[in-house]
Amino acid sequence: MAVDYATLKKGGFMRQKQKNNFSLRLRVVGGNLTAVQLAKIAEVAEKFGDGHVHLTSRQSVEIPFIKLDDIEQVKNTLAEGGVQPGVCGPRVRTITACQGEKICPSGCIDTYALAKELDERYFARELPHKFKFGITGCQNNCLKAEENDLGIKGGIKVEWREKDCIGCGVCEKACRSGAITITDGKIKVDNDKCNFCGRCYKSCPTEAWDTVHGYIVSFGGLFGNSINKGEAIIPFIEDKDKLMKICDAAVRFFEDNANAGERFKFTIDRVGKDKFEKAILEAYNE
Amino acid sequence: MSEYIIDDTVDITDVVCPTTFVKAKVALEELDEGQILSIKMNDGEPVQNVPRSIKEEGHQILKLIDNEDGTYNLIVRKVGD
Repeated sequence: MAVDYATLKKGGFMRQKQKNNFSLRLRVVGGNLTAVQLAKIAEVAEKFGDGHVHLTSRQSVEIPFIKLDDIEQVKNTLAEGGVQPGVCGPRVRTITACQGEKICPSGCIDTYALAKELDERYFARELPHKFKFGITGCQNNCLKAEENDLGIKGGIKVEWREKDCIGCGVCEKACRSGAITITDGKIKVDNDKCNFCGRCYKSCPTEAWDTVHGYIVSFGGLFGNSINKGEAIIPFIEDKDKLMKICDAAVRFFEDNANAGERFKFTIDRVGKDKFEKAILEAYNE
Repeated sequence: MSEYIIDDTVDITDVVCPTTFVKAKVALEELDEGQILSIKMNDGEPVQNVPRSIKEEGHQILKLIDNEDGTYNLIVRKVGD
């Protein structure tokens, strides 16, 4: 019987150099796995693989040396530990995320909650080519948002609250963009320079800032054969519903316009940046 | 908030991150609750990050004084034992 590699690939089974051996990619969301899942993965690697796993470049786990005949048994065993196979090929891939504000002091948004939401909304969606989402919690950009087809970066928009300010001067030095100036005890934020990193607010002894936590979304990132840094269209998105509408619009644009095997950046370039921007702004202003 | 008497001083201009914060933290540990420490630090990375780390430890920042020689004094009131 001929082996249907496309179907196997879709189900996360990656053909190895070694005949009849597959490296099974697992479904991981935002880089998190429970201890129970890890124990089950270890069990499967020992029993059905060669006793090791590979951590992929995008926060997934692969179990190499799975035999073709064992595939169903492997899937069933993994399911006992709440582990599912991942995907490869032309579809929405693993949603990656840093630890975000729930764990990391620098985080500006709950990256894991957002990764789960995007995973539920889009994971494995069939598209003309691969489509990668990545979520990073702040300007430190540990998760490299702009290398994804759609990158989301957390940010904080600030407005000085004079009544709580003690005039210590820490914020002016904490700002790395030179956006804050203090004159006669009054703080001025240059909105053209502010990059929403939130360091002024996070370093402020009295948190004398009104804040809005939001998202900076970039499109068309690539970091493979071609390299391109994704670009934002809207400087700062305050509202999560709007963020979701924009994500929907971007995926729809790709689905409607991309040629098979064409990454998002090249679709945008071919169809026209202006047309893509229009689609995104329409979704934003809807 | 401008009224304070400095109880102790520490100079962290001779060390680099992460020792800057560690040295400041050790100096704060030697104080009693409510006492005031003046921490002398360099411009650049220390003044960008040390105040926030001190805040995250729960201490109260009162003032950052620019010595206008490439150093700053951060005035901190110790909170907790």
